[in-house]
Amino acid sequence: MGINLKNAAFEGWRRENGRMGVRNHVIILPVDDLSNAACEAVANNIKGALAIPHAYGRLQFGADLDLHFRTLIGTGSNPNVAGVVVIGIEPGWTGRIVEGIAKSGKPVEGFAIEQNGDINTIANASRAAYRMVKHASRLKKTRASMQELWVSTKCGESDTTSGLASCPTVGDSFDKLWANGNTLVFGETTELTGGEHLVAERCRTPEIRAQFQAMFDRYQRVVETNKTNDLSESQPTKGNIEGGLTTIEEKALGNIQKIGKKCLVDGVLDKAEAPTHSGLWFMDSSSAAAEMVTLCAASGFAVHTFPTGQGNVIGNPILPVIKLTANPRTQRTMSEHIDVDVTGLLQRQMNMDEAGEALLDCIIRTADGELTAAELLGHREFSLTRLYESA
Amino acid sequence: MTVHFCVHDEGDSVGVVVVEGITSGQALNGWIMDQDKMIAFNAKSDIPIGHKLAIRAIAAGDTIIKYGVDIGKAVKNIAAGEHLHVHNVKTKRW
Repeated sequence: MGINLKNAAFEGWRRENGRMGVRNHVIILPVDDLSNAACEAVANNIKGALAIPHAYGRLQFGADLDLHFRTLIGTGSNPNVAGVVVIGIEPGWTGRIVEGIAKSGKPVEGFAIEQNGDINTIANASRAAYRMVKHASRLKKTRASMQELWVSTKCGESDTTSGLASCPTVGDSFDKLWANGNTLVFGETTELTGGEHLVAERCRTPEIRAQFQAMFDRYQRVVETNKTNDLSESQPTKGNIEGGLTTIEEKALGNIQKIGKKCLVDGVLDKAEAPTHSGLWFMDSSSAAAEMVTLCAASGFAVHTFPTGQGNVIGNPILPVIKLTANPRTQRTMSEHIDVDVTGLLQRQMNMDEAGEALLDCIIRTADGELTAAELLGHREFSLTRLYESA
Repeated sequence: MTVHFCVHDEGDSVGVVVVEGITSGQALNGWIMDQDKMIAFNAKSDIPIGHKLAIRAIAAGDTIIKYGVDIGKAVKNIAAGEHLHVHNVKTKRW
């Protein structure tokens, strides 16, 4: 009676590099904070173009700069994006991002503000955006097998119902997608604290386990070096505590339910790094919702699953975020934010297999083009991870 | 029958309230999920939805078990049926 994933399909856009996308965005991507105004002006001029403003991109260096480039290039290269207009204050770093995105084969053009000014830049970039939206609107959807869908997960404003029901629902669907050969990712490195041994046991090989452990230990050192208390109200957050979560260990054990009971961890990724084969990947990442979802989009994921307890409202500019909750108060007070209601699990009115199927059904509908709650409400949180201070 | 609280595993020290408005003295139905068993219990505090109650007596210094795993330590004695949260339990990690 369940969904036969081997025969399941969705209709999306086949991109130049072979990847399947489920949205057809033309994005106006700033290299740096100074270029946000021009990007927003272009998106205002050309209907169907989407500006993705952000706060960074100046005087970053070393690994932090590499991550900045990797995240912006990854965002532009994501298969949910049909074409990209890049605007930067100067031509050097603008060109670097254009070249990175061009490797995906999709249309991309760059514009620099210095020696042109905002007004001329906006005019030229608007003409490019006009051509790209016209081009994107002509692209036809094609059918692809479910296996081609890359699905990410991260939970937020978790509470105890997340670990009881909404995270295990993602886990049930991930077990099924993993067996189907899909490409999957989870992360949230500090949010495994107290359950890291359970993730380590799930790593496919001793090498992967050692890589995972090294990432986990490194992040623990960041906490130990910088902490001024036991992190209560930061991790777990004030909202987590309001929702009944008491310690990081308790929060972590709920979080880990998202990787189900059967999936093995097939590899590890640095932040915004793209998987090289199918299976379940662990990405070393922040546990802050918008940062992690932004990194999933930059790694090339096409649909995101987001269990929430207290009611995180997050979305992403290019990655549809499917939210599910098992908390009846959240469902009662914030239903416009919730795509899949699994409150029935806690009253034994629904079993885990049924909940997992309901989520898979929503994933397929979303891949086919149905808008998520976050898309309907205009949630486009785009949050870049910083590793340290600018120079 | 309304499930008032859920327990992951029968070895756990705590259950999670899954309905709104639980008050002290109320008779509660608990569902132990891994073993699929029901238990009955009286609340000894007002407990908000999502918050935990102790399902056995716990002494200061005891390890709290949930999901069959260590989730921290009690810093006060906690009676069975009492609200268990940041005021009487702390992390062992950070």
